Amino acid sequence: MVKWVRRREWPWWQAGILLGLLNLFAFYTANYYLSTSTTFSRAAGMILRLFAPEHVSANAYYQAHKPIVDWQFMLVIGLFLGALLASKLSGQFQLSFVPDLFAARFGQGTARRSGIGLLGGVLLGFGARMADGCTSGHTLSGAAQLALSGWVATAGFFIGGIAVALLVYGRRSY
Amino acid sequence: MGPLEIAGTARLALGLVTGIAFGFILQKGQALKFHKIIDALRLRDFTIWKLMFTAIAVGMIGIYVMTALGLAKLHIKPTILSANILGGLIFGAGFALLGFCPGTCVGAAGEGRLDGLYSGVAGLLVGAGLYSEVYPYLLPGFLKIGVLGKITLPQFLGIGVWPTVLLVALALGTAIWFLDRIDRGTPAKAESSTLAPSPIQG
Repeated sequence: MVKWVRRREWPWWQAGILLGLLNLFAFYTANYYLSTSTTFSRAAGMILRLFAPEHVSANAYYQAHKPIVDWQFMLVIGLFLGALLASKLSGQFQLSFVPDLFAARFGQGTARRSGIGLLGGVLLGFGARMADGCTSGHTLSGAAQLALSGWVATAGFFIGGIAVALLVYGRRSY
Repeated sequence: MGPLEIAGTARLALGLVTGIAFGFILQKGQALKFHKIIDALRLRDFTIWKLMFTAIAVGMIGIYVMTALGLAKLHIKPTILSANILGGLIFGAGFALLGFCPGTCVGAAGEGRLDGLYSGVAGLLVGAGLYSEVYPYLLPGFLKIGVLGKITLPQFLGIGVWPTVLLVALALGTAIWFLDRIDRGTPAKAESSTLAPSPIQG
């Protein structure tokens, strides 16, 4: 067991089964589901509130998604800690900025990675909120509940993702 | 009967513990690695596809069994075709440019990938904040296009719940089997390991 926990990686089917079971745990204990992206709206509201409190309280989106710390907010913090713990246990934790594959395509420059990454992050945040969920809420949880919204949004995620990834990186090996 | 629905401070602690397990599993499943995600989107390495399909299949069967036993309640997000499709496509573009989705970008930061933190989390906050500002203008028009409500696949297709569960499970199982065959047959794994011999495996 200890050896398994410290392994560098688990096969996809073990990780997949555990992820499915974890979702069932969330459904049973919290009456909620694995999901992350609303937390970024709430956090954005918390930050904006420091500068423009009236603006935030008047905004229709923040009225529907209040800038508070809830179960999902803690889940996202836990996600960070869990990944930190897992990578530390297997000795994989290492500070890095430019992923090797990105560097092979665009060079080692951190500015380029920051810029393209930031653009990606903005689109990701905007798209997730417009679609009303991300690969956790819509794909892991929505599709599993057979929600039509989950399957439609998931198709969008991967059609968009595959198109842009092929456009940017092609299919060749680097 | 019914789900426990733990409340109060214990609920926040529960969220944290669930999140730690979430991050732990994603890290061990290699789902936080930039090259694994990009190669999944480039259709060169199907590890993440198989992981995801397995998680959906286990979740689906479990959720519907638990719902039938009164141990869980469904939480169906409403279908708004305009927003689900356009938002999904925008998300997909961001997914490929950043190389992470919202959850994996936070997890990647935990693995020491500072680009996940500085580009990813920062961009997500800006993007999500931006949507809150645009939302009031989308509400009267765009978000009224293709509203189908909280509808499930069986309701939409007009077939029973259990036949749908069975069909989707079979489809996912077949897809996993097929993708695994491709993964075993192609030298994608060997290539990505020569690409990244360092422990970073960027």
